[in-house]
Amino acid sequence: MSKGLPEARTDAAMSELVPEPRPKPAVPMKPVSINSNLLGYIGIDTIIEQMRKKTMKTGFDFNIMVVGQSGLGKSTLVNTLFKSQVSRKASSWNREEKIPKTVEIKAIGHVIEEGGVKMKLTVIDTPGFGDQINNENCWEPIEKYINEQYEKFLKEEVNIARKKRIPDTRVHCCLYFISPTGHSLRPLDLEFMKHLSKVVNIIPVIAKADTMTLEEKSEFKQRVRKELEVNGIEFYPQKEFDEDLEDKTENDKIRQESMPFAVVGSDKEYQVNGKRVLGRKTPWGIIEVENLNHCEFALLRDFVIRTHLQDLKEVTHNIHYETYRAKRLNDNGGLPPNKKLCTSLKRSGEGFILKCWEQVSHRQLVLTSDPSTNWGCKSSSRTGG
Amino acid sequence: MSKQQPAQFINPETPGYVGFANLPNQVHRKSVKKGFEFTLMVVGESGLGKSTLINSLFLTDLYPERIIPGAAEKIERTVQIEASTVEIEERGVKLRLTVVDTPGYGDAINCRDCFKTIISYIDEQFERYLHDESGLNRRHIIDNRVHCCFYFISPFGHGLKPLDVAFMKAIHNKVNIVPVIAKADTLTLKERERLKKRILDEIEEHNIKIYHLPDAESDEDEDFKEQTRLLKASIPFSVVGSNQLIEAKGKKVRGRLYPWGVVEVENPEHNDFLKLRTMLITHMQDLQEVTQDLHYENFRSERLKRGGRKVENEDMNKDQILLEKEAELRRMQEMIARMQAQMQMQMQGGDSDSGTLGHHV
Repeated sequence: MSKGLPEARTDAAMSELVPEPRPKPAVPMKPVSINSNLLGYIGIDTIIEQMRKKTMKTGFDFNIMVVGQSGLGKSTLVNTLFKSQVSRKASSWNREEKIPKTVEIKAIGHVIEEGGVKMKLTVIDTPGFGDQINNENCWEPIEKYINEQYEKFLKEEVNIARKKRIPDTRVHCCLYFISPTGHSLRPLDLEFMKHLSKVVNIIPVIAKADTMTLEEKSEFKQRVRKELEVNGIEFYPQKEFDEDLEDKTENDKIRQESMPFAVVGSDKEYQVNGKRVLGRKTPWGIIEVENLNHCEFALLRDFVIRTHLQDLKEVTHNIHYETYRAKRLNDNGGLPPNKKLCTSLKRSGEGFILKCWEQVSHRQLVLTSDPSTNWGCKSSSRTGG
Repeated sequence: MSKQQPAQFINPETPGYVGFANLPNQVHRKSVKKGFEFTLMVVGESGLGKSTLINSLFLTDLYPERIIPGAAEKIERTVQIEASTVEIEERGVKLRLTVVDTPGYGDAINCRDCFKTIISYIDEQFERYLHDESGLNRRHIIDNRVHCCFYFISPFGHGLKPLDVAFMKAIHNKVNIVPVIAKADTLTLKERERLKKRILDEIEEHNIKIYHLPDAESDEDEDFKEQTRLLKASIPFSVVGSNQLIEAKGKKVRGRLYPWGVVEVENPEHNDFLKLRTMLITHMQDLQEVTQDLHYENFRSERLKRGGRKVENEDMNKDQILLEKEAELRRMQEMIARMQAQMQMQMQGGDSDSGTLGHHV
């Protein structure tokens, strides 16, 4: 039942022990040295170390999608984020690239390793978005792709003989690139985010931020934040999913001051003040990518990778995926749960009632699905559980 | 001028001197008195710095009370045409400059009908001029025809967008197109060169006719020839606009202040603003001529050709309409006759009829 991996389906007790990059305050009443033989120490806290080792051995998946008009620096930014050539452009640098006539979805996977930890990173690019004369419904292929990944995961989960570790192709994070006009959002930006903020974690990012002076940047960010709020667009980190006060204050600060991050990407290095830095060289100066006075790339990187990576996966699994799943079960005639009740039950740990209901719904889902799957004939001999 | 004595004009060195070499001066004086008119249209997506560039070019503020709409408002908006006129005077020469702005272009999710408004505006101006020219009083024709169109290309793309190509192809036979790369401070020098080349290749690939600077005459001086050559090599111009004065290297320059440096608007190494301004000023006359001789004449011949055929169609239509109307009249008369007959039958039939109206519950 328990797999000990971060993306396992949560059992009530396990969910609290899933390792988080954010350091939790130490529990008092325990001696400092782990190897101490003092009475009273059991060693439960070593589970963190055990999980860490396990994670290092198995590695983990992270799927990031980049959406935006062509030429906004999406591929360069992803390369800069992960300090390697991971984007679509890297694998086939084609200078004569043409704008595709419809939105295409291109997923490229790489395995990167750091400090003994392996990450299978998949970058999902969406060339053709927003580039046509008529961009109506150009978000539909993207929505379809995201739902297809949820469907794939659902099918694997529902299998009787499940794989030990279900390959996770669900989109954990979607970076939406806003064009730095300096005025406001474009109608297409609003429409896209309205449709997709309910389905995936969207992190809005202001691209090519070296176009704007400091005042223009802060004015633009304020304007964008206000527009997003007025139109009811909940970008990640969503207010309703803040777990405790600590999260809330931290996320509030990010939501109200830093986001959307105004970034500049580059994969070229230059010499500045004796050190080599990533940057862009212009006749009037060198723009340093990792300098907080120049742009907010470092903030974005820390946010996505160093502090909220695990949370992105969790929210995708526990909220977006569960929403999809509930909808699917609904459509298949399963007992309709209250979605909010479902998520709050899961989080508060009263999983038993939920489990019984789930087993029933699963049987229904299994029975009403394709008979072409190989367990179809087996299940027909089963009676209700 | 004072009374001229014939003796003054006789140059002792050239006995055959008549004096009509003075004609250009007279023309010049008359034009200066009359003043010049120029209409410039700016087209491009919002947020590309069009208004800032216009203000920088003419050192004025053409848009003092500007409200920038939010995205939700933009969804409902269609393309508008806003023309603002300003009279600039410099050393006694008056210029009546009209800037035609096109807010809303390229904003909508579906931009298929984006350029209809713009094309109909251009045609309207031609139409008006044609009408005035053919009229009785031709003394004071106001020339509102669009002499030049600055088309702003986004520096963020990899070249021309499908919308850019479609728009330029739709108007390249109606107006002089000068492509301009906006917000050039986004690009490094290498990126700029690459983008310019890419744009020129795509313009050629799609057979778009942009405005070509006329080559310098062979009798012009070397400086002018060199200048023209430089200008031609820099198309499309990549510009930065600003009217803010920043302190740089001890003097005040117009520019943009970044944490990593200052972009100077009038520095030819930073962007092509000066080149664009030079081109506009030195070729204002030529732009007007090409509009008159090429685009207007095209329009005029199309219009007059069409004009003849249109009248015939109207006559035919009139006949058709008459026939149709007569047919309808006949039909209605028949219907009335039928109804009358029915009513009479009912009145005569009375109760013996089954299912007559009067007995329904």
